[in-house]
Amino acid sequence: MNHTLLQLIVFLPLLGALIAGLLGRSIGHRTSEIVTSGLLVLAALFSWIVFLQWTMGGGEAAHHAEAGHGGDHAFVAAESVKVELFRWISTAGLDLKWMIRADTLTAVMLVVVTSVSSLVHIYSIGYMHEDPHRSRFFAYLSLFTFAMLMLVTADNFLQMFFGWEGVGVASYLLIGFWYKKPSANAAAMKAFIVNRVGDFGFALGIFAAFMMLGSIDFDSAFAHVADMEGKNISFLWAEWDAMTVICLLLFLGAMGKSAQFLLHTWLPDAMEGPTPVSALIHAATMVTAGVFMVARLSPMFEASETAMTVVVYVGAITAFFAATVGLVQNDIKRVIAYSTCSQLGYMFVALGLGAYSAGIFHLFTHAFFKALLFLGAGSVIHAMHHEQDMRKMGGIKDKVPLTYWMMMIGTLALTGVGLPLHLLVDALPNIGFAGFYSKDSIIEAAYGAHTAAGGFAFWALVVAALFTSFYSWRLVHLTFHGETRASKETFDHAHESPMVMLVPLFVLAAGAVFAGYIWYDSFFGHAEHVEHFFKGAVVVDAELIDAAHHVPTWVKLSATFAMIIGFVAAWYFYIAKPETPKTLAKEHAGLYAFLLNKWYFDELYDFLFVRPAKWIGTALWRGFDDWFIDGVIVGGIARRVKDITSQVVRLQSGYLYHYALAMLIGVAALITWAIAAGGLLG
Amino acid sequence: MNIINNNILTILTFLPLVGVFFVLIVPGNDALAKNNMRYIALATTTVTFVFSLVMWWMFDPTNVDFQFVQNHAWIGDVIGYRMGVDGISILFIVLTAMLMPLCVLASWESIDKRVKEYLIAFLLLEFLMIGVFATLDLALFYIFFEGGLIPMFLIIGIWGGKKRIQASYKFFFYTFAGSVLMLLAIMAMYWQAGTLDIAQLLKFNFSPEAQFWLWIAFFASFAVKMPMWPFHRWLPEAHVEAPTAGSVILAAVLLKMGGYGFLRFSLPMFPDASAYFSDFVFALSVIAIIATSLVALVQDDIKKLIAYSSVAHMGYVTMGIFAGNALGIQGAIFQMISHGIVSGALFLSVGVIYDRMHTREISAYGGLVERMPKYAFAFMVFTMANVGLPGTSGFVGEFLVLIGIFQVNTWVAFGAAFGVIFSACYALWLYRRVIFGALEKDTLKSILDMSPREMVIIVPLIVLTIFFGFYPAPILDATAASVEALVSHYQAGLGQVGALAEVAH
Repeated sequence: MNHTLLQLIVFLPLLGALIAGLLGRSIGHRTSEIVTSGLLVLAALFSWIVFLQWTMGGGEAAHHAEAGHGGDHAFVAAESVKVELFRWISTAGLDLKWMIRADTLTAVMLVVVTSVSSLVHIYSIGYMHEDPHRSRFFAYLSLFTFAMLMLVTADNFLQMFFGWEGVGVASYLLIGFWYKKPSANAAAMKAFIVNRVGDFGFALGIFAAFMMLGSIDFDSAFAHVADMEGKNISFLWAEWDAMTVICLLLFLGAMGKSAQFLLHTWLPDAMEGPTPVSALIHAATMVTAGVFMVARLSPMFEASETAMTVVVYVGAITAFFAATVGLVQNDIKRVIAYSTCSQLGYMFVALGLGAYSAGIFHLFTHAFFKALLFLGAGSVIHAMHHEQDMRKMGGIKDKVPLTYWMMMIGTLALTGVGLPLHLLVDALPNIGFAGFYSKDSIIEAAYGAHTAAGGFAFWALVVAALFTSFYSWRLVHLTFHGETRASKETFDHAHESPMVMLVPLFVLAAGAVFAGYIWYDSFFGHAEHVEHFFKGAVVVDAELIDAAHHVPTWVKLSATFAMIIGFVAAWYFYIAKPETPKTLAKEHAGLYAFLLNKWYFDELYDFLFVRPAKWIGTALWRGFDDWFIDGVIVGGIARRVKDITSQVVRLQSGYLYHYALAMLIGVAALITWAIAAGGLLG
Repeated sequence: MNIINNNILTILTFLPLVGVFFVLIVPGNDALAKNNMRYIALATTTVTFVFSLVMWWMFDPTNVDFQFVQNHAWIGDVIGYRMGVDGISILFIVLTAMLMPLCVLASWESIDKRVKEYLIAFLLLEFLMIGVFATLDLALFYIFFEGGLIPMFLIIGIWGGKKRIQASYKFFFYTFAGSVLMLLAIMAMYWQAGTLDIAQLLKFNFSPEAQFWLWIAFFASFAVKMPMWPFHRWLPEAHVEAPTAGSVILAAVLLKMGGYGFLRFSLPMFPDASAYFSDFVFALSVIAIIATSLVALVQDDIKKLIAYSSVAHMGYVTMGIFAGNALGIQGAIFQMISHGIVSGALFLSVGVIYDRMHTREISAYGGLVERMPKYAFAFMVFTMANVGLPGTSGFVGEFLVLIGIFQVNTWVAFGAAFGVIFSACYALWLYRRVIFGALEKDTLKSILDMSPREMVIIVPLIVLTIFFGFYPAPILDATAASVEALVSHYQAGLGQVGALAEVAH
């Protein structure tokens, strides 16, 4: 793999960000747009070259077979290429460097990040063309891309953390890009702070890993995992299994970044940002960082069954929970946001089962079709003059035909439409959209794991697949089909987006159609192929893959059935009998309100955390600082002193010079005395 | 070169006094005279800064002994003119010298009354601050340490805000109360060890019983200076009332004297007592981080908010120092340097808008990004550094402290890590209210972005904040050997904790 190429991939976006950010005013918006987009397209091109070279060729055995020492079986580091940049924190037993590490996992992420990012850049030229701060927008987009690339090319925990926080800041800046909107500002803060809750765990996990494994460079840390068997760490009040503590702490970080259950509340609000941002950050790339992290650390997670089980449950619950909320949302972007949350749950289930390749596969395909859906939604919003409420849309299919068909492709891919021909005739391959392959892989792996967690996950995911199909088609029906509910003026002015916005849709659509078919074998085909593809970058559980391929036929068909049921239900609800949803919502008002209000998590957190924090802060300030320390303690002492001295000197005269003079004399006297005392003693 | 080499610390310390002399002899008090004085002060502080860089350049980071040592008898054999630096002290001198020219620049237009006295106070302050870090004599240390109170007291009291008298008195009351005890301790140390030479004292083994009391006495002074919770009450008011440059020096340098004192005296001279009291310090540090962060959250005065956040950040410093391992101490020193840059920059930034609007009320602002994009960018960088974002200098120190303390006590690391969350809350909440939002207030409609003079102040700090975030090696390498030596000295001195516990009961 070419070192220069790797460096270019990572640093071209940074260059773009600096040019657009610092010089944007002088070079003008158009130049900023072209420079940043051009550099990103270059980076994407290089990424594909790297990816294809690496996965088609045998890779270079550059860092192959660096066997670690530990345990019974020697640890074999993944085949990777490492480009050392310069020292970072190296002192007192730490030796951290800025590095670019590339292996199969990185290569996949490079392709995902730069492809989606470059398309989003191009799309934004059209979408943001009226915005007076476009250069700043493009600078942020490129900055985000740089941070994300640093994250996926990290060779140690800390650089990953750098990228991790970096994308967090970029996300904060982009969500709050329209800084005049109070809701956007609030959402931006919320995103950053909730993520910080996750980072709290991530940071502690890094500290624990350093203490136990002796290093926070990936390969040397992994090499010591085998020594950890049966080792305990004393954390807080008790002794725990070391790897379990480390992995769970790290996973807390992943939950925050990937908006998993309990730490998901920021993602729907993040939709306040411009839509291209949602596509890039909150669908295709940043939110998958948690998935990437767990996959990257797969040798560590493998060492803790407890942690793996937690990952499965969290993923399954998120997949189910988010899908239920998605059923009733009215904002087109929020539906897709909850869908993202839910799909991320799928990925975590795969990781927790040990089917890392399946999780990454879904990450890969999801990036295409979810970015497609978001950008498609953006195109709709653009057409409807920034209307996002689906209750005010409808019937615009013929107004925006290209967008409509692209959204259809995205929906087909998301809901996992495909023909399981392989079940009928052995010689035939399955044919379907991207999501069909990756989602079914996960569902089959869940069943094939034959564990309690796997069983739970299987049912949760199948039900979630049904809901996915329902809300996706609901979105299509409400937006494009039926009679329009938009005002006549909006409807008449609805127009198809310009080519600069449509071409990115076409490219993503190609991915949404073909990505699954082309790469199925590499990610989740024959176990040997998967191993050959990943070259040790993630742990490949051959038995599990095999078991997943040999689940009963009804299991293989379950996702497809769920998808069909969801489709039919949506058709019935929104096309055949459009009055059904209202009646249903009335009959089950409690449940409807519960779902519409997102299970009341925002209210709960406000009650549990936000208000107490402010209350305690005020109490500590007014109560402790002002009243107790100042009033009682210091005031008390001062009054005593004053009582005694007021008879002698009238210090409260209010004239500064009196104070200054008195103090000067006092200090001078003391110092003189000190010197004199010292001198005399000598 | 040799003359400079041998006397560099003397030159550095006394150069500001040369500036004082020249400011004094400028005749008149008209605008021209005032400007001349300002240029003299600027030139003096700049030259001092250059000399500090020369010293850093000549400094041998692999040598753990004191360097550039000067040792002359002065008053009897007891108090000597002893100077010298090692990896622990050298960077504080550079930090001080670096910030002074910026302070002079920041006061260029905002201070227009008693300019002569103001500049003299600042130059005196610089003399005393550099002296604190450069001297190797305990008595001189005390004089410098306490002497710094006087100019600072005057700066707050004369050029401060509305409640300046009360604030300056509080400042004086607290710091002075602490240092009286330190003076007693210094005399007691002389009785025991028979010398005030710090290099000698570092080799002297104080008895566990003596350590116990001496530690407490020094703690009283340094804990107030840091300030540690609950001795912090003077800081928010001093900051609020002080003029911009006063706040900068207060936060960036004066607070560091406490941390420096712990590193120079408490830890190496009283190792048993330090180990004995470490849990106590950890508890106060964690409370500082959590409690003052929450207090910062509800402030409605910009300076007060930043002041409280300083207290929280100093919590990392104290816990890193008493973690007693190389990671923790390296982190603590880095955190102090970084905080010097970042908090200094934050106060300078507040000064920029205070000079325009003459209010520190958060609610008086909002939507500044509209008219002040450069300012918004600078403030964002410093806010993120304050939050401890990786890639800024604020991260490195916090990270090292936390990874160091985790090995000592996971409870402390756990509690302190909450700072990661809370700092984001108060810092972003501040940023949102001041910078973001619509620009609706009439008073702000004509506000101007940063002037070239302000850019000259702010831009170098942005560069340093980011540079040290990506490449902290210059700081870490300078301190590494001395810190290693300190840690092994500390570990070797341990072993009598049991005996100490008996003394305590």
